[in-house]
Amino acid sequence: MLRNHSRETAVALLFVLPFVLIYGVLFLWPTVQMVLLSFTDAPLIGPGKWIGIENYVEMFDDRRFWTSVRNTAYFVALTVIPNTLIGLAIAMMVSRLKGWQQSIILAMFFLPYILPVSVVYRIWNWMFNLQFGIMQYPLTWIFGEATPVFRTQWMFMPAVAFVTIWWTCGFNILLFLSGLRSISTDIYEAAALDNASRWTIFRRITWPLIWPVTALVLTIQLILQLKIFDQVYLFVQGGRPDPSMVLVQYIYNQAFQKNEGGYAAAVSVALFVIVIVFSVLQFQFLRARGEK
Amino acid sequence: MSVAESRNPDLAATQAPAKMRTMKALDIGGLILTLITVIFAVLWAFPIYWGVITSLKPESQVIAKTVEFLPRTWTIEAYWQVLVNTMIGRWYINSLITSLGVTAITLATSALTAYALSQLRFPGRLVLWYLILASFMVPLTALIVNHFILMAQLQLINNWMGVILPQLIHPVVIIVYKNFFDSVPKEYREAAKMDSASEWRIFSRIYLPMNWGVTTALAIVTFIGAWNNFLWPFLAVSKPEMMNVAVGITQVNDAFGVQYARELAAAILAALLVAVLYLIFQRRVTQAIMLSAGVKG
Repeated sequence: MLRNHSRETAVALLFVLPFVLIYGVLFLWPTVQMVLLSFTDAPLIGPGKWIGIENYVEMFDDRRFWTSVRNTAYFVALTVIPNTLIGLAIAMMVSRLKGWQQSIILAMFFLPYILPVSVVYRIWNWMFNLQFGIMQYPLTWIFGEATPVFRTQWMFMPAVAFVTIWWTCGFNILLFLSGLRSISTDIYEAAALDNASRWTIFRRITWPLIWPVTALVLTIQLILQLKIFDQVYLFVQGGRPDPSMVLVQYIYNQAFQKNEGGYAAAVSVALFVIVIVFSVLQFQFLRARGEK
Repeated sequence: MSVAESRNPDLAATQAPAKMRTMKALDIGGLILTLITVIFAVLWAFPIYWGVITSLKPESQVIAKTVEFLPRTWTIEAYWQVLVNTMIGRWYINSLITSLGVTAITLATSALTAYALSQLRFPGRLVLWYLILASFMVPLTALIVNHFILMAQLQLINNWMGVILPQLIHPVVIIVYKNFFDSVPKEYREAAKMDSASEWRIFSRIYLPMNWGVTTALAIVTFIGAWNNFLWPFLAVSKPEMMNVAVGITQVNDAFGVQYARELAAAILAALLVAVLYLIFQRRVTQAIMLSAGVKG
């Protein structure tokens, strides 16, 4: 019996070994190293001197750091709630359809989500092209002249947010669709018998019952958009990155362009902490859902 | 309702037309909503359509001042040019190998770990489980600097392995697998135990085959995710011939200056494989996304 037991342990350890190795070397080790590195003045590659919390002190006085925090927050504000609400609206429109009609319409909304970000960038860069872009027709109508959207300071973030919503909304639509399907049709039939208006049905039935999914989507979006880099980096190519710099981009800038490994690690720790705080909220929420 | 109708025929008779009217009114409202849905869907998908159509026009028509929703002359010239003048074939191979590598290693190690966590007793089991749950929250993006340093120390920059390794942390795959292994009836395992089958045999002949659907779903989304990943492959590779296709098309311009049809053709090619995968495995993609978001699909 005892031999059997130790045999099971040996097998189990063999089974988890590959993962534990990967996890230790590629996750725990880099995380510890990141914290250690943030207390040094090391370049990206090579040794550095231990300087205590100097990087963090510097960070709190760093205008560019705070600009990147502000820009990240701005981007989050522009995307998270609109993306969630648009996702819900589209899911409600799609859920009314049946069978193959639903499949086709859903695919049209979802397809952008599976595109690589660089493809999304190419497509929208062409849509907004100053000379030949098809979006210049409505833009000229609004502003009276052709507009270089990604080269106009105040338009940059909203435009990138717009493209991001187009790109990632499919994910939210899917989650909302499954949430909507789980609402019993009996409730809607009862409401229809009472001659309730569409708006009343939405406000009294759909919205409260879909709320758990809405909260889930909101937290997923929040965490995702805090880590924004790709779109901002790509759309600003060839222009000045500084005014629209976001947090991850600032890490990239400090580590890979300024060769400030230690300082970049300190900014990474800041990002790390911010995301974990919000993730704990999401986790609590998921657990609450799981228990229900 | 039917009882009330039969007992009170007058009332039923007066109610019926009123109900018919509201039904009709509802239908018109529904029709309008459907129409709006279709228009919105067409607008939503239009940029993709427009990108594809533009890539199939000759460059002279691309920069024409009129809007043409269908090319006057269809041509695959732009695609031909991309294939000949860029390293896109090479980038495709890089993407294929690194994405398959990420998918295979992630799924294999995750399934084994999930099986051990779900079916076996061993010291440290709970600690490992909580570590996995906790890492769910950790932003891997914050580790780019130290991943780069680590890969540089291992001499894996500009190397397939260097692209693959930091993309292997997917705790959610273990969580999903464990949930499914937990729900396999215990009788199967006990029966196999009676025949003194090894754990490996039980895992590979019972638990894995019973969950091929989940494996397929997870494999497809892991593959699409790795194919579409931009930040890490972008950092880990600086040599054009080692780039992934998603990075290559934005970092390398061909020697002929800006040619819109060509840029778009390169982009369409970069997305082609995952788009086709999605269209074939739509159901599985949906299922996997729901599972990994913690929603029962």
